[in-house]
Amino acid sequence: MNIHEYQAKEVFRKAGIPVPPGGVAETPEQAEAIARELGGRVVVKAQVHSGGRGKAGGVKLASTPEEAKAHASAILGMDIKGLTVEKVLVTPAEEIATEAYVGCLVDRAAQSVTFMVSSEGGVDIEEVAHTTPEAIKKLTIDPRYGLLPHEAYWLASALYDDPPLVKQTARIISQLYDAFVMAGASMAEINPLITTPDGEVKAIDAKMSIDDSELFRRPDIAAFRDLSAEPISETKAREADLSYVKLDGNVGCCVNGAGLAMATMDLVKYYGGEPANFLDIGGSSSPEKVVAALEIITSDPNVKVILFNIFGGITRCDDVANGIVTAIKQIDIDVPIVIRLTGTNEDEGVRILEEAGMKAATSMDTVVEQAVALANQA
Amino acid sequence: MSIFVGESTRLVVQGITGRDGSFHTRQMMEYGTPVVAGVTPGKGGQHFEGPDGKKVPIFNTVEDAVQKAGANTSVIYVPPAFAAGAVLEAAGAGIEFIVCITEGVPVQEMTRGLAYVRDRGSRLLGPNCPGIISPGKAKVGILPAQIVAPGPVGVISRSGTLTYEAVVQLTDAGIGQTTCIGIGGDPLIGTNFVDALEAFKEDPETEAIVMIGEIGGTDEQEAADWVKANLEIPVVGFIAGQTAPPGRRMGHAGAIISGSAGTAEEKIRSFEEAGIAVAKRPVEIAELMKDALGI
Repeated sequence: MNIHEYQAKEVFRKAGIPVPPGGVAETPEQAEAIARELGGRVVVKAQVHSGGRGKAGGVKLASTPEEAKAHASAILGMDIKGLTVEKVLVTPAEEIATEAYVGCLVDRAAQSVTFMVSSEGGVDIEEVAHTTPEAIKKLTIDPRYGLLPHEAYWLASALYDDPPLVKQTARIISQLYDAFVMAGASMAEINPLITTPDGEVKAIDAKMSIDDSELFRRPDIAAFRDLSAEPISETKAREADLSYVKLDGNVGCCVNGAGLAMATMDLVKYYGGEPANFLDIGGSSSPEKVVAALEIITSDPNVKVILFNIFGGITRCDDVANGIVTAIKQIDIDVPIVIRLTGTNEDEGVRILEEAGMKAATSMDTVVEQAVALANQA
Repeated sequence: MSIFVGESTRLVVQGITGRDGSFHTRQMMEYGTPVVAGVTPGKGGQHFEGPDGKKVPIFNTVEDAVQKAGANTSVIYVPPAFAAGAVLEAAGAGIEFIVCITEGVPVQEMTRGLAYVRDRGSRLLGPNCPGIISPGKAKVGILPAQIVAPGPVGVISRSGTLTYEAVVQLTDAGIGQTTCIGIGGDPLIGTNFVDALEAFKEDPETEAIVMIGEIGGTDEQEAADWVKANLEIPVVGFIAGQTAPPGRRMGHAGAIISGSAGTAEEKIRSFEEAGIAVAKRPVEIAELMKDALGI
């Protein structure tokens, strides 16, 4: 789960990282009031789950509260990479002497947490890694001990020579690790970490991704979820314990297992169609889950055909068949449904479908080809 | 022969009295896997009723299961909040091979868990995996036994149901398996493709390998390099997720394209560069394997 800059800054503040004050506004008037209270020049920053906010015009400097209001008015409602800006952060404009990058993430290859620092701050770190990898210092921590003080000092020394700056930065790096652990993060970064002309070190931006598996035991972090940042169908799917991602095509897919669900989408594309979604109904699927899945798929107006691809392992074919039959009675489905049903309790599942006047195939290619043909005819 | 599990497996089930644990324990016993113990804290001294009236002793700790029942392999069916702890307990008790089925284990806990497992000299399969099956010998996990058959092919996969898809095709084509391993869909896993490939290389009965990967991470690319440098037997591959959008988690916690890294295209390219025959559709896996084995 991604969280917004202002939320990540809250987590950073709790960990002790020096973060400038600020307030979140949902209207231009609120932005003006926050700017007036802060006094002086402010920055109005779009709060969306996307990089490149500055380039898109979502970050603006304002000299007066009136100007902050005008900027907020332009930024709120703006579309940044397909996401609508619902909130802006209003924060003081800092005097910047230097900018650096400090971040840490779960490193899959190293099977631990890796820190990255670079004196080239304020730019896309992936870009830096690509063009000038030598500008990035990396350190993988030993998970038995966590980040040790001398390691934080070593990372800070890669950024600055001046002892007071190194000392402040080492403290911030340790605090960033604390924030990372405290929030159950998979990624946390400060970009840029700035020094001011007075020799202070501050985090003026904050980015964090949270490991979804941590949310059950961190209600304060789970409350950061921004429902406006995702389609309603995805919210409904999560509530029904289904794994769903909305896409732009017209073949609605309902599959058990993530790998098979991806392979089904790929096969739709192979036969000349476009998948409308990724949907994994999961293991041990009850008929209720199938009903919920069908409700979500049919709520997408682009869907011209529904494709079931079920390979029963833990999932039982008769449960899925019962779910399909129940759903058809409960919800108005006006698009064709094609079904592939094989594996555990296959015969029973097929019998249930046939009694309801439906058919099922056993080959994945057959049904996908059929579904694509139906979608392209519609 | 088989890898990781086989005739010497003596299994303890952690979470044997839970809904999933009890269901799958019965299935594993029906397949003939020697289940020698179960662990549920607080239920030590009781017995689990298996098929045909077979009784399995339940212990409070894995330590007891090792000491009193001689367990050397464990399978974990406990809820996500306790799964990493269960892995640590098994490794601490000296279990050699630990299979964690549970999905949703916090990743930060796994960083420490994996270090501990390594320090103890154990091997972990998973988490978030369907387990492992050696046809005719032992089944540890949830892979459906009816679709496998003994034979010369080793199967390694990050996915569950997609593995079933591939395995059923192999079996239908008359191609059996030495061992089928689901390595798991999480970003941090105990046994990766290269670990499984190394084990298959040492198994004289494995004559060819199927590798099923997906988007996210670089495990497949590293496996491709390893195959090129070390493996002489044929490999057939498949990568799921060519149509997955970047930055979105596709079900599995590890199935995500981060920035421009971990795409299906780059994985397919590394497979092809390593001489791995890549199936464009799942149905081609068995066809390519027939060609590879010359049948």
